[in-house]
Amino acid sequence: MKSILSGNEAIAQGALDAGVSLASGYPGTPSTEILENISRLGGVRAIWAPNEKIAVELAGGVSYAGHRALAAMKHVGVNVAADPLFTLAYTGVRGGFVIVTADDPALHSSQNEQDNRRYASFTRIPMLEPSNSQEALDFTREAFVLSERFDLPFFLRTTTRISHGKSIVDVSKWDEDAKRPIPGLVKDPGKYVMIPANARVRHRDLEDRVARVAVFSESCSLNRIEMADSALGIITSGASYNYVKDALPNASILKLGLVFPLPADLIREFAGKCGRLIVVEELEPHIEEWVRILGIQVEGKSLIPRFGELDSGIVRRAIEGSGDDFAASGHESESVPVRPPIMCIGCPHRGIFHVLSRKKVFVAGDIGCYTLAVSPPLSAIHTTVCMGAGINQAAGMEAVLPEQHGKVVAVIGDSTFLHSGMGGVLNMAFNRIPATILILDNFTTAMTGRQNHPGSGFDMKGNRTRQVRWETLLSGLGIEHVRIVDAYDLEEIDTALEEEIIRDAPSVIVVRGACMLLKNQPVKREPPYEIHADKCTDCGICLRIGCPAISRKDALPGEKPVIDCNGCTGCSLCFQVCRFEAIEVLK
Amino acid sequence: MTDTASGTFNILIVGVGGQGTILASELLAHVALAAGYDVKKSEVHGMSQRGGRVESYVRFGKLIYSPLIPKGEVDFLVGFELAETLRSLEWLSADSKILTDTRAILPYNSQVGEAPYPFDALDRIRQRGYDLRVVEGERLAVQLGEPKAANVVLMGALASLLPVDGDVWKSVIRENMPGKLVSVNLEAFELGYGSGTLTQGHDSSTK
Repeated sequence: MKSILSGNEAIAQGALDAGVSLASGYPGTPSTEILENISRLGGVRAIWAPNEKIAVELAGGVSYAGHRALAAMKHVGVNVAADPLFTLAYTGVRGGFVIVTADDPALHSSQNEQDNRRYASFTRIPMLEPSNSQEALDFTREAFVLSERFDLPFFLRTTTRISHGKSIVDVSKWDEDAKRPIPGLVKDPGKYVMIPANARVRHRDLEDRVARVAVFSESCSLNRIEMADSALGIITSGASYNYVKDALPNASILKLGLVFPLPADLIREFAGKCGRLIVVEELEPHIEEWVRILGIQVEGKSLIPRFGELDSGIVRRAIEGSGDDFAASGHESESVPVRPPIMCIGCPHRGIFHVLSRKKVFVAGDIGCYTLAVSPPLSAIHTTVCMGAGINQAAGMEAVLPEQHGKVVAVIGDSTFLHSGMGGVLNMAFNRIPATILILDNFTTAMTGRQNHPGSGFDMKGNRTRQVRWETLLSGLGIEHVRIVDAYDLEEIDTALEEEIIRDAPSVIVVRGACMLLKNQPVKREPPYEIHADKCTDCGICLRIGCPAISRKDALPGEKPVIDCNGCTGCSLCFQVCRFEAIEVLK
Repeated sequence: MTDTASGTFNILIVGVGGQGTILASELLAHVALAAGYDVKKSEVHGMSQRGGRVESYVRFGKLIYSPLIPKGEVDFLVGFELAETLRSLEWLSADSKILTDTRAILPYNSQVGEAPYPFDALDRIRQRGYDLRVVEGERLAVQLGEPKAANVVLMGALASLLPVDGDVWKSVIRENMPGKLVSVNLEAFELGYGSGTLTQGHDSSTK
């Protein structure tokens, strides 16, 4: 049967076909829909973990119990999970164990564009890389089987165009011919307890297992040669394969679906058949360096950019040496104002950033919707590095710049705080660093599409579950000064900030207001407001809060702002900032 | 009916988050599948609720590898918003056809007068000699009583230029839209289908 599936939907289907017993992860673009689809399609347990390390350790336990397990995350999530991954390669698996790393070349929604094929060679965990949705399905099924066959976790690596790209997939039933482990607990400390004495043995064993996969890589169907004109040979993998096929239909291709360990003999064989040899790969020279290690002359990053995403035009021009991207079409771009994404109408994060921007404080930020406050008109985020970093940056600044006390705060979302912010607050309390942290609690992981987390009160299926009690949690971490304020009450926010930011002790303000897009929370949706043109002086303060419902629709001279009453949620921020009483509830 | 040199149809759909660009591209991909083509699509989303630019690529033909359209190789540009249509010109070739709504959604900088909004976009496009067809998608959809159906009006206009029967589109709309929205979207499609061949300011009859 044929359907149009995204790569993420295909991976979910492949995992279900393989009989996965538990799938876990933390939402992150472009990986999020894998877990969501497993949860939607299957009777198996798909669960959001507070962070990727927990997801990998949980799935590792499932594998040790003899069941198949999957953990899915975006590329930077693997950094969080790296600690257990390196050692899970030593112990190996029982049930098949697949870790999906969804990389994001071109940073469509990420803070860096790291190439996680490097994690495969570094951790010694084999890696499969599909080129389209059909392969995403097939490779996922295969990865579970190979994981058991070689006693190793397996990486499945996608990039944004594979994860979110859609193509036609034959989802016909899969008849697996594999010997599966018998579920149950097996005590085998030599394999599963990595004290140095055991780990030394398992490290040698790991290299043997990797060597066996390398032998397999020479002849497996995951890697294939497509001979055409032998004058030009291209070695490629993943999304890059598609660009090569489009750009250079006459070239011979070695398509690598198993990108670690790489096949030495197959590459030598292919190189021997071709004239000019080029590796086409996005980001790092992962394949190119291996080909060079084999002593084969090859071109790669001397032609192909080391940053950003490729497309067939870039590939063709790079190889033909025919100029840059923009010269290609000869169609110059027009000057058009930039259109940065902004917070939604009624967003509970808008008020706090309006207050912060007026106070001229330094705001150590984090990863989430609130990072959008970096853009005008709010312009109130001054650092963003990785999940949980903001709290510790603010603490570091406070520690070395005591004269700046009262001028630095950290902001972090509720989901991000539970992911990796708790340790930072614990450190602040333990070391008596008098920083002020704002937890922007909107009851969800909003940036990736409103996934539940331990602070939301709901699990992945939307069933009620235990909900974090912030006062108790923060008190337990050692914070004496905790305040909870209404995200829509500018005066209350202002007072709390004034008092806490100068306090000579660690403090936390929980700024509470449910995401406007949530369906399972009592969202503050009130009658809309309107602007009375006769009272409006056109001072522009209401536009400065950056609400998409307030606009000068046609930007004509003398035109005053208006509120789109269909969009307005009645959050009242514009009403609160207007000094001329020109904004009132719509009659 | 139009054909392209390579037999591959490269369609770029652009708009602003919330306008239904992604749903439109989903419909187009399903139409291509139903009509027996290979099809690939990809988009930049994640900002769809947040007022940023959304762009969606759909490619169909006999055999499609890449989901991305290289710059200079778009056959049809479908713009849901005037500035975003103008922003996309570098993707076009001399033979590209442009279908655009006249809807203007001002970014913040234009709201406060820091960056002028290109209200003259249609003139700027015409001056460059492109085959430009203006489809008042939003206005027609508002007349239907469902402003959100503007995307399907635009798809109707595109459909009139593609080698797939309109009935295929209608059955895809029936299968992929929530039940209560089917009839209004079928109407929106018909409105677009009727207006798609209208040209304004540029004679495309020789193309």
